[in-house]
Amino acid sequence: MLSAQNDGLAIHAEGVCRYYTMGPAEIRAVEGVTLDVPAGQFLALLGSSGSGKSTFLNLLAGLDRPTAGTILVHGKDLARMSPLELAFHRRQTVGMVFQAFNLIPKMTLEENVELPLRFAEVERRERQSRVREVLERVGLSGRLTHRPGELSGGEQQRGALARALVNRPSILLADEPTGNLDSRTSDEILQLIREINRSSGATVVMVTHDRALAECFAQRVVTISDGKLVSNGSVA
Amino acid sequence: MKRNDLLELAGRNLRESLLRSSLTTLGIAVGVASLVAMLSLGVGLQNLANGRLERSGLFNTVMVLSARAFGPSNRAEQRNNPADVRVLDEAARQEIARLPNILEVYPELRFPTEARYNDRQRFTTVSGLPPSARDSDAFDGMQGHFFSGPKAEEAVLQADFAKQLADSPGTLIGREITLRYAEQGALAAGKDSGPPSPSVAGQAGDPWGFSVVRREIKLRITGITESEPGGALRGPARAGIFIPLQLAEELRPVQSLNMLDAMRSPTAASTYQALVVRLSNPKAVRAAEDAIKRLGFRTFSLLDVTQNLRRFFAVLDLFLGMFGSLALAVASLGIINTLVMAILERRREIGVMKALGASDSDVKRLFFAEAGAMGFVGGLAGVALGWAIGRVINFGTNIYLRRQELPAETIWTVPWWLVVGAIAFAILVSLASGLYPAARAAKLDPVKALRYE
Repeated sequence: MLSAQNDGLAIHAEGVCRYYTMGPAEIRAVEGVTLDVPAGQFLALLGSSGSGKSTFLNLLAGLDRPTAGTILVHGKDLARMSPLELAFHRRQTVGMVFQAFNLIPKMTLEENVELPLRFAEVERRERQSRVREVLERVGLSGRLTHRPGELSGGEQQRGALARALVNRPSILLADEPTGNLDSRTSDEILQLIREINRSSGATVVMVTHDRALAECFAQRVVTISDGKLVSNGSVA
Repeated sequence: MKRNDLLELAGRNLRESLLRSSLTTLGIAVGVASLVAMLSLGVGLQNLANGRLERSGLFNTVMVLSARAFGPSNRAEQRNNPADVRVLDEAARQEIARLPNILEVYPELRFPTEARYNDRQRFTTVSGLPPSARDSDAFDGMQGHFFSGPKAEEAVLQADFAKQLADSPGTLIGREITLRYAEQGALAAGKDSGPPSPSVAGQAGDPWGFSVVRREIKLRITGITESEPGGALRGPARAGIFIPLQLAEELRPVQSLNMLDAMRSPTAASTYQALVVRLSNPKAVRAAEDAIKRLGFRTFSLLDVTQNLRRFFAVLDLFLGMFGSLALAVASLGIINTLVMAILERRREIGVMKALGASDSDVKRLFFAEAGAMGFVGGLAGVALGWAIGRVINFGTNIYLRRQELPAETIWTVPWWLVVGAIAFAILVSLASGLYPAARAAKLDPVKALRYE
């Protein structure tokens, strides 16, 4: 299933900065973050709203580029990658889950999950089997033809999780995956993520503002505040 | 992303915003229909004119004369020794017939005659016509009919000449007319055995030549026509009586060039006064004329007139095409508008696709495919609409022509190249219209797009 990276570091970030200019003001969203994430670890990135945790996650995903610093993912420097290489990184190395699920409303669940496989140019026959396999794993095999609007919040997030996993990435990046869910459903989703982390050895970096959930499910919790890493976390 | 997936996603996206996509596609269809309708009119009018001209025989006909035939004496070839100049004989006829784009080559056979009908006698010119002349527009609306066969002893009269023979020319059809003409006979072998009629004999010791014998033939009048096929080429020397060409050849009438033959070598074959060369289309006239001139003959055609006509239609087509394209230009703005709106609406979706691994190029190609699909469908619908408009206008025009007691015409013609060209042009215009929106979608910042509500 997922390609495990049990030896060495999955992520090595050093002195990562991300500044934005808004009119005359300079916003320092991430400032000098240095962080190592061993392969296979479930890391929670804890912080309040506007602390820069999602910005840092976007940098790890290759959706954004750092203003300064280095991000190595499996030894490859994201800052030096071309736009095409970054697209490949997003397609093959990482899988992303969002707070708002971000399933495409006009597509069925099956089509949503199939989308990353289309970008990866996987053959149609293999696509179908992989989609069914991953949807079965998240418990949605009976909902293939449903559109996102016909699913509950928890089901949508499980569908988004299936979509993130379908290309068998080595790193799962989750941005507030339980932010729009009730506590019971949140627990279910995080249990599922932990189960995936344990069974496949995939590295998980989860952004959250909920300390209790982070401490309950993650192996390591790091805290970010005003763009700076204030605690490097302890391994549970 | 693979091409099939790209097209599938593009089709899905267009279906999801069906009303807007349909309206944009309809805009393209109207633009293409306008272009097709305009150019079809141009093509139709050109075909109509070309058809008329081709049937008149004036514009796809070349007259071939021997370089030594009677004519202006200052021509370069006329200054040459007559012995060096090629004669227009059967070998030359065969050689010309082998040139490309040539439908037929037949001799121009015209001779003077005295026509007798009842108590009236009139002098006129007889012209031999090949069977293909039946299709000439000169015989459109003729009274009676064309000759029944290539050797039939029948005649068609020119209307003005027919009036000289009878007060009611229509009564002549089915009647017999007698033609008296001069036949080219063999030279008398001796003084006693020669024909009784006046003869032209060779000089002493060079007894080669021919005798001229007065003959008569009775022909049945089958029709009366207003004009002569290709009459414009002959100026005032138009014929009053037309007979089948093969019959005319068998009559062996004396023509002016036979005098020249009499002065040539006794071993030489007989020659033609002129050959009429009919070509498959007027465009081939120049090349044919050049080729015939290279064989050593003089030619005459109405090439300049056809060139001017072609130039006129080229300009007409250009203007019609430009006016037709205006509607397509307006439609292209519709495509840009639709796709830009789609980017705004699908901003978040584009962000999601990029987060899932779509490259800038994938996003760009997806929008291109959507523009191209609208162009293709719009092009197909436009061609169908343009064709339907043409059919309706053809139908209406023919109702009007019939009321005016005129024959039906095809004014609107949609050739296959216009169908293919219009669809290709619609796709091209649509892709060009998709350039800006596709580039804009590809450059969208995924972080901002994902934040967009």
